[in-house]
Amino acid sequence: MNLRPDPTFHPTAQLAMQAPVENYAFTVMLSPDGSQSDGIAVVDVNSSSDTYGQIVHQIIVPYQGDEFHHFGWNACSSALSPLTGHAFLERRYLIVPGIRSSRIYIIDVKEPLEAKIHKIIEPEEVFAKTGYSRPHTIHCGPEGIYVSTLGGGGEDGTDGPPGIFIMDCETFDIIGRYEMDRGKQDKHYDFWWNLPQDYMVSSEWGLPPQFENGIVAEDLLSNKYGHSIHFWDLRARKNVQTIDLGENHQMALEIRPAHDPAKDYGFCGVVVDTTNLQGAIFTWWRDDDGKWQAKKTITIDPRPEDPENLPELLKGFGAVPPLVTDIDLSLDDKYLYVACWGMGEMHQYDVSDPMNPVLAGKVELGGIARGTKHPNGQPFAFGPQMVEISRDGKRVYWTNSLYSTWDDQFYPDDEGGQMVMANVGENGGLTLDPDFYVAFPKGLRSHQIRLEGGDCSTDSFCYPNV
Amino acid sequence: MALWGAVIVSGIYHGVNPGMGWPLAVSAALFEQRAAALPRALAMLAGGHFLAMTAILLPFTVMLTLVEWEAQIRIGAGLLVIALGIYLLINRRHPRFLARVKPTRLALWSFLAAIAHGAGLMLVPIYLGICNYAELDRGHAAAGVLMGTNYGLAFVVAFAHTAAMMLAGGALALGMYLWLGLKFLSRSWFNLDVVWALSLVLVGVVAVISGHGAA
Repeated sequence: MNLRPDPTFHPTAQLAMQAPVENYAFTVMLSPDGSQSDGIAVVDVNSSSDTYGQIVHQIIVPYQGDEFHHFGWNACSSALSPLTGHAFLERRYLIVPGIRSSRIYIIDVKEPLEAKIHKIIEPEEVFAKTGYSRPHTIHCGPEGIYVSTLGGGGEDGTDGPPGIFIMDCETFDIIGRYEMDRGKQDKHYDFWWNLPQDYMVSSEWGLPPQFENGIVAEDLLSNKYGHSIHFWDLRARKNVQTIDLGENHQMALEIRPAHDPAKDYGFCGVVVDTTNLQGAIFTWWRDDDGKWQAKKTITIDPRPEDPENLPELLKGFGAVPPLVTDIDLSLDDKYLYVACWGMGEMHQYDVSDPMNPVLAGKVELGGIARGTKHPNGQPFAFGPQMVEISRDGKRVYWTNSLYSTWDDQFYPDDEGGQMVMANVGENGGLTLDPDFYVAFPKGLRSHQIRLEGGDCSTDSFCYPNV
Repeated sequence: MALWGAVIVSGIYHGVNPGMGWPLAVSAALFEQRAAALPRALAMLAGGHFLAMTAILLPFTVMLTLVEWEAQIRIGAGLLVIALGIYLLINRRHPRFLARVKPTRLALWSFLAAIAHGAGLMLVPIYLGICNYAELDRGHAAAGVLMGTNYGLAFVVAFAHTAAMMLAGGALALGMYLWLGLKFLSRSWFNLDVVWALSLVLVGVVAVISGHGAA
């Protein structure tokens, strides 16, 4: 407990943008076959430091086979709402779940260079207290720490639907399930919210048998992955509306609401349209009658390719699908970054008008049947994937692995973990920084990135921009 | 006079504490993009606070009809306030049910926050002291008259306290909205949890001592 609010908590997104810049990044290191322990890499991102662009510390966990994926903070700017009474929490712990093991690590990063494990929550506790498995996305909110899961109960996670559970934000005890009325929701992936307007939005990937051993082509072609987004009354814990984006829009993944809580719109990325292999972004918003609406506002076309150059999975299509696997919105709600993991591109869209996004910048790196090299001459395995933007919106970081078994299907010849950074131009545009290239230790891949003091996919703000 | 001063000071104290809600008034004005929303939100917060004060004070008013037990009631009230203070010192957790209240229900939230943090209880010893003086002034009036006076006093105490709270919180909210900006919020917010709990203990101790003197 602090005597003053943590200096990294900001009432508005605007104020967060003006805060001091990040010195460290925390990045997931995962062992794709479970032969090594997973961990968190502490990366020096201070350009004036001697160890800039290097891994300066590693937290390696004692178990193997956890498969780290997404993670988040114990506390963020949401603590500045007087409604919740958590103003004096410290942003100090990273909550890191293993999506294969269902084990959760609480890592103390108060001193980034001496970061260490604070607590381990064993899978049995998650199962017993929630009936869910495979914990994934973390957000800190009104009732504590909210954790989305990808699986229900039972060995293969299909005994009951997956959902969200709540953890105490001080003791990290698991309190229990979030949902009181889940409506049509039977799959889960991402979630986020608008705290003052009291709504939450959640999305769908697929059930564990559909992803753990690789993508199931038959399920994809018969449109059996998730294609709906759900709108919730946040504090009543009730699903109030489900929008089906259309069954061809397979895997509606990342949810990115506008950061300014006075706005009631946001975005959702769709991995692949099974009718034409396009990637897509939907804009969702609340209309004048209070009903939620969603409309496809960005489409990205596949690239034709000689089947000879394609992995087994794609040979029949003769094309490389963009595969929109992650999106992220800058704190000023101006630029939406879209990772096209299949094609090997990072797109930057100006979404000042959220209904009419305009492509403002693009970087090519990696990619199926293309393998564009980094400007420093080094290879980039797989394609641009988990993307994170600095608070001031000037630097965009990303890594390359999607999910162990899926990496191997789409990129059977690639291996390795890399993290890179691109600079954002004054009026948009995106250029890779030739001096920032982090190669992960042998045998480890990389996934989500968190920035010291918060970033563009962690903090929820309680006050509107002025 | 000192006791009425305590009513006002405790009101200002509750008012400036962000945990009692004034930042929500700023937020309301920013959301609606007009200053008029600020006093409206503040009025809702004050309404909830006033209700919480009266809800706590009135049962004690009823007890005061037992004139011969007055000293015991004052000591009991003092002990109750001390106990809450000690409880809040040991248990620093914030009640989670407050986080379930909808952000639009400001009056309900303010009512529950004031009850949960013992804002009403803090007033009880002060109120009982004021009743005692009123009684001394009147000599041995009929119980019914005293009762009426005490009811009236409960409302006046709750009202004066809430008015002071609203003015203090309102001044901060308006200052932040018009000049200081939201940056002021995170800079000016101090963790008063321990001070708050200790003030409860202090008020309780004073009540016990003065109650003991009366007996």
